[in-house]
Amino acid sequence: MAINVKGSQCETREARLGSITTYSGTLQDIGAQSVCSGCLDEKKRCFSQSSMCNSMCALNQAARINDVAIVHHGPVGCAATAMDVPNTWGLLADTLGKKRDNFGWTCTDMTESDTVFGAVDNLKEVIIETYNRYKPKAIFIGASCVSGVIGEDLEGVLDDLKEQVPVPIAPIHCEGFKSQIWASGFDATFHAILRYIVKPPKKKTNKVNVINFAGGTTWDSRGEVKRLFNALGVEPTFFLASSSVEELEEMSEAVATISTCSTLSSYIGNGLEKEYGVPYIRSLQPHGIVGYEDWARKLAKVLGKEKEAEIFIAQEKEKYQAKIDEVVAKLQGKRAMIAMGPGFGVNYSRILQSFGMKVEHLSVWHFDKQYDDGQLPPALAYQLEYSENDFSFSVNDLQNFEYINILNRLVPDILISRHGGTTVWSHKIGIPALNVFDEYTSFGYQGTLRFAQSVLYAITNKSFTENLAKRVKLPYKEWSLKQPFDAFIK
Amino acid sequence: MTKILDEPRYVCALGALQTVEAIYKAIPVVHAGPGCTAKVSIGGRSGYLGTQTVPCTNVGETEVVFGGEEKLHDVIENSLKVMDGDIFIVLSGCTTEIVGDDIDNVVGTFKDSEKPVLSVPTAGFKGTNIEGHEWVVDAIIDQYLSKRYFGEKIKGLVNIWGPVPSYDPHWVGNFRELENLIRELGLTPNCIFGEYRGIDNINLVPRAKYNLLVAPWVGLGNVKNLKEKFGTPYLHYPTLPIGAHETSLFLRTVGKEFNVDSNLVEELITRKEKEYYYYIERSCSFFFENRASSKMFSTVASADYALSLSRFFVNDMGLVPSKQYITEGVPEEHYDRIRQYFKEFNYEIEAEVVFSNDGYQIHQQIENDDYAGTPLILGSIYEKKLASKLNGTFLCVSTPYAERVVIHSSYVGYHGGLKLLEDLYTSVFQKFN
Repeated sequence: MAINVKGSQCETREARLGSITTYSGTLQDIGAQSVCSGCLDEKKRCFSQSSMCNSMCALNQAARINDVAIVHHGPVGCAATAMDVPNTWGLLADTLGKKRDNFGWTCTDMTESDTVFGAVDNLKEVIIETYNRYKPKAIFIGASCVSGVIGEDLEGVLDDLKEQVPVPIAPIHCEGFKSQIWASGFDATFHAILRYIVKPPKKKTNKVNVINFAGGTTWDSRGEVKRLFNALGVEPTFFLASSSVEELEEMSEAVATISTCSTLSSYIGNGLEKEYGVPYIRSLQPHGIVGYEDWARKLAKVLGKEKEAEIFIAQEKEKYQAKIDEVVAKLQGKRAMIAMGPGFGVNYSRILQSFGMKVEHLSVWHFDKQYDDGQLPPALAYQLEYSENDFSFSVNDLQNFEYINILNRLVPDILISRHGGTTVWSHKIGIPALNVFDEYTSFGYQGTLRFAQSVLYAITNKSFTENLAKRVKLPYKEWSLKQPFDAFIK
Repeated sequence: MTKILDEPRYVCALGALQTVEAIYKAIPVVHAGPGCTAKVSIGGRSGYLGTQTVPCTNVGETEVVFGGEEKLHDVIENSLKVMDGDIFIVLSGCTTEIVGDDIDNVVGTFKDSEKPVLSVPTAGFKGTNIEGHEWVVDAIIDQYLSKRYFGEKIKGLVNIWGPVPSYDPHWVGNFRELENLIRELGLTPNCIFGEYRGIDNINLVPRAKYNLLVAPWVGLGNVKNLKEKFGTPYLHYPTLPIGAHETSLFLRTVGKEFNVDSNLVEELITRKEKEYYYYIERSCSFFFENRASSKMFSTVASADYALSLSRFFVNDMGLVPSKQYITEGVPEEHYDRIRQYFKEFNYEIEAEVVFSNDGYQIHQQIENDDYAGTPLILGSIYEKKLASKLNGTFLCVSTPYAERVVIHSSYVGYHGGLKLLEDLYTSVFQKFN
């Protein structure tokens, strides 16, 4: 199902892309099933653990924008995501020297009677009050399970508020129960941005939309992107962290859209291309050498700057390759398991293999057999062709019991993960873990060196892991860890 | 009137799953949406359990349309097989209660299982995590402890209640220090939360001679319930004792109420105060000889911290209170009693109490008030920027508190008071003073 920017909601990943959250098999098998229609059916779990919901993804993305307000239409617990804003996006803006004085996050605080009688009138008042308090440049209405189940008409309020609230009001349909795939929340937010905020282009600029998670200041990651882009004669605009509504409005004027996470950017990248003809760079993620070079070259090709890209890459190679080789020599044959989102996970399997390491298993939280262009994800296509082994592969919706069960069986030298809250369980069973928390960890040559060093150091000094493992245990019964990890999938 | 919650400082009733997690080897089984557990886990820590290990039905469209009872049955059944737990507590969320799942009926089918399975309705629209905490404790009393006989009363055994796990940033340390104070009085503390406190501690609850509640309002229902069910008398001490003045008062009150020899109590207090004032004596210059410390303060915090910190800064440190903002959605029935607590400071000093969950209005009021110079603001992370705008001194003491890492520390007791002074005057010291 294609993107429909005019629709009031975007379809979930399940409906739009046929994405799934349960699978056990191998890389080549899931690849073969991806191109066969009717394969890769979703299955059910009869034991499950807390995952995440699309509301968290959707509204945490929206909250990165510096001059918007979020009006959360739900009970107070849903708005808990707001509690993380000051110490994340607030701090990032401070560090980047940007203002967030117009940001606000309010909640309609739905109570029992609201679930019976509805609360659209209060929602309208809260939107007006929020606008008057913070004067944001746009307001997102965040849906919740409760607003969805009782059928609140979020679009219905827009016309009534036109006069009192002279900025775009954009409902984000991120009702938690709607999709088992929390990445659907990314799409819901980007849909709201495409539908309500992005304006038709007035001119063409030399800016490139960079869709990323944070683009923090650690390792000067924004600076590193700029360095490459300068060589190609373009300027990056980073979305959505610390971006502005004005920057969002002008996304259609960019010369291209590129991203650090293909899962995150599928909807906005393809949507901007379909709606406004902004080329979407379909490359590997810029992680590891192969990924970075593919990313740079595909962007350069759209810009007609292939020669400049080659010169830049050659300089980077000259500077870092020998150092990388030196570290990588010590990683030969080390065994790894990966547990990440699908975009990063498949990319990291390639990076570890490029270090001479053996990927024993890849667990991804969900699986997209295609993106919004109907094509196989580039990193998956690459691995289907080049991966040296047909490693085992699972899709498990962040199910701790499942991926820890696999890890406990494989006992690799290291677990590479990305999601918060994953590493402790690995340490508990005595396996060092490295959390690739920042998306720029292995960006470019310099990042690849840094990442290889981090893997080596994690494997070399296992003191913390051993200290902890000696003294604590997993909350699982011995019996259950002896069952196949997919014993509870039917 | 517009119902607006600006800058959430608490979560919904399902947040009580943190109360369950605070009991060692108690397993919450969440019957709610896939993101609910992660959202309401505001402490955000790992322990024996962590967010990702909590069994959950991850309710989706199918369960919303067709009901989720079957899924709940499967997940409870398999949680009992998979999870190494001593007691299982099913917590329901908004969707499952709106669609009308008969949770009690499903849970009832596990009444003969090897481990106890309880259930608590914690739909988000029904209350706050602080109320949810009380409901969980009541469920343990009503559905587990009342069902069998655990043995006779044990001399000197005192159950300790008060801090709300994970919502109180220092809850583990605060329980530990309360236990230490009780122990110093020659009594035996029993607490069901914190460091490896689990089912054995739960089983001791009916055998205690006394219940001690150290909180202004939450938990009152629990100690009344315990009195009704097991005939255990309770002492309601509203203030977390911080620093010498309050801790000494606490020891005297508890000692008198629980029949401890008053000579022993006075000897203990004399010894502790002497030690405490050794350190205070050494530090006066930090407190009173700088340009940045405040004379007036406001707390923007849950009622327990607002009250305890106010009493410390007025009765120990000689500061003057401005308005005190209580932000955790206290049920109105407790308003008058809590207001009264703020009228009982030394020298008949009183503080005005504002109950509000509207951060914007709280900030407006603080900006408009005169603090006779730089204000001291003890609040949540939301007050950090406000304090800096007003050139004030700030200490993060209330949820959300992601501005500080709390691993082991506590502000309770004589040592806790000194720790609080270290934290506060470190931030004074870091400014030009």
